Amino acid sequence: MNAYITSSRLINPGFSGEPDYKAFIADPIAGRRMSRAVKMGVAAALQCLSGTETIPDAIITATGLGCLGDTEKFLKILIENGEDLLNPTPFIQSTFNTVGAQIAIILKNMNYNNTYVHRGTAFESALLDGMMKLSEGEAKNVLVGSYEELTDTSLAVQSRLGFYRKGNKAGEGAAFFLLSSEKTSDYILKDLAFAFRPSEEALQEKLQAFLAKNNLNEEDIDIRLSGENYKHLSGDYQTVSSFALWFGMREMEERNAHRMLIHNHFLNINHTFILVERE
Amino acid sequence: MRILITGIGSISSIGQTSGEALHAMSGKHSGISSLSLFESRYKGNLPVGEIKKSNKELTEILDLTPGRTYSRTALLGMFAAKAAFEDAGLSRRKDEKLRIGFISGTSVGGMDLSENFYADYLSKPSKGRLREVVSHDCGDSTERIASYLGIDDYITTISTACSSGANAVMIGAQLIRHNFLDCVIAGGTDALCKFTLNGFASLKITDEKTCRPFDESRAGLNLGEGAGYIVLEKETNRYPESYCRLAGYANICEAFHQTASSPEGNGAFLSMQKALQTGNLAPEQIDYINLHGTGTPNNDLAEGNAIKRLFGKKIPYFSSTKAFTGHTLGACGGIEAVFSVLAIRDGLVFPNLNFKNPVPEHGLIPETNFLENKEINVALSNSFGFGGNMSTLIFSKR
Repeated sequence: MNAYITSSRLINPGFSGEPDYKAFIADPIAGRRMSRAVKMGVAAALQCLSGTETIPDAIITATGLGCLGDTEKFLKILIENGEDLLNPTPFIQSTFNTVGAQIAIILKNMNYNNTYVHRGTAFESALLDGMMKLSEGEAKNVLVGSYEELTDTSLAVQSRLGFYRKGNKAGEGAAFFLLSSEKTSDYILKDLAFAFRPSEEALQEKLQAFLAKNNLNEEDIDIRLSGENYKHLSGDYQTVSSFALWFGMREMEERNAHRMLIHNHFLNINHTFILVERE
Repeated sequence: MRILITGIGSISSIGQTSGEALHAMSGKHSGISSLSLFESRYKGNLPVGEIKKSNKELTEILDLTPGRTYSRTALLGMFAAKAAFEDAGLSRRKDEKLRIGFISGTSVGGMDLSENFYADYLSKPSKGRLREVVSHDCGDSTERIASYLGIDDYITTISTACSSGANAVMIGAQLIRHNFLDCVIAGGTDALCKFTLNGFASLKITDEKTCRPFDESRAGLNLGEGAGYIVLEKETNRYPESYCRLAGYANICEAFHQTASSPEGNGAFLSMQKALQTGNLAPEQIDYINLHGTGTPNNDLAEGNAIKRLFGKKIPYFSSTKAFTGHTLGACGGIEAVFSVLAIRDGLVFPNLNFKNPVPEHGLIPETNFLENKEINVALSNSFGFGGNMSTLIFSKR
């Protein structure tokens, strides 16, 4: 079974600007309630589906820090008002599954719906789930994506924590992918691997095992992407590997490449490999 | 492939072990009390299901490095996950070289610490202790629990509000079916904090008295805290001594409203129906339903209507255990999975506390006594969350 990448859509304010969200979110009341995180995620998801006439059998979302803007809004008013007379809207919209739920509500889609929230590997966890749903035949089309929003506070706090010490710039963005078990494009999401807190040696072993499992040698890889290749464009954030996948597919197209390996990590803690092939 | 349940672990306001929880339920001793963990205007006004151990005490019992800062969500998770890990004998089974994963659900992650940080930060952006904000994200608790158990083959975190724990179990089973892992510890953890207490209070779905699931007079939920994990294994592993198996599961989105269920219970109906389908089970094969049963007017109306539609006149034993534990949010799917496994293991039905009169719209009467020596072959557990994320797990003896 192959997971074909039918379509993809990126919103990365620092790289590609932001669309006019009103064009995608028809309900003005719902639109006003949506934070930037939700708008980015929902718009990327809807744009990814538009023109495909596909009803996804699963909607799988990933985020590192979730709807930070609304989380902060609720915390701030909670502290300032002394826990009194709070507007529940930011609390409602602060949950990590808000984007996945809003996509489902807009599409009236009652199918499988899940949200992964595991730091630098959340997006890959979502992809893995999607691929398994396709290979079990439980789904024919799966919408997988991620969203991350940068706020003044997250920038200040992550700076204090030293996240940007090595010169990497802060970033944010959303990207969604429609995966299909039927041939809908030339791009195939071939395989994924994870390495949790590996030593340098263990990471190399993991990579070799991953290549061997896919009957590949290093020289079979046409494009090798790691953070150095794209993070100066995307900025750095927990779910930046969704940018890498979108960006890498564009590179494959331009360079007529057949095989791409993405190696991603956030702050050099957990590492992932994504293998993409072009038929 | 059959997925076996070989270990259980839980901590909640009715017990630091699953055995203590059983004992409390047999004596109808609720864990709902008044808040003492932190200062809040709701102290004394809103009852909660809190665990009467400070973070310092939990750190000591867990034998962690003193002075290190852990979120309460991580501490509670370590407690329950370690119990499940030991219950399955995994520390003695190193020779099997199992690929073990840890999948955890949580709704607020390390918010219990970051809300302290943020109060200081608000006064001045250079203020606030960084050790109280590094654990903010949901992945932190999962990573720390996994490190505590020495698990590194696969780790991930799920956050679908109050169905997080149930979804973690489902994903654990999927990873085993696909031969990605041999064994998974899955469930959820959540600690009480000001953020959720105020959130649910602002939505006006908290009860100022002890919650009364499925009762006509129900007026909302009591928040709780805790963690619950089960160990899933493929049956071809060398030493799987199992309690039961995961026989069915479903995850659906009601796509109706961000916080409310449709009154007719369309989402709950679909979730239970799909779980029966995946397990090749008929409604009459279910012996016990552990309800989501939060005690909010909306949930108990919707869930009851769905049960009535799905099971017709032959409704199995059913009860909500939330009047014991409070609503533990991302943990409840894990804790109630543990309870469902115990119902099968010991042939039990747990009492639904504080019930007097049925909800007029559906008239369903939950079990109010602690029943023993019942043949519980198949137990169904519901977990429904914000965003319409609804999940059902079915456990079966055979």
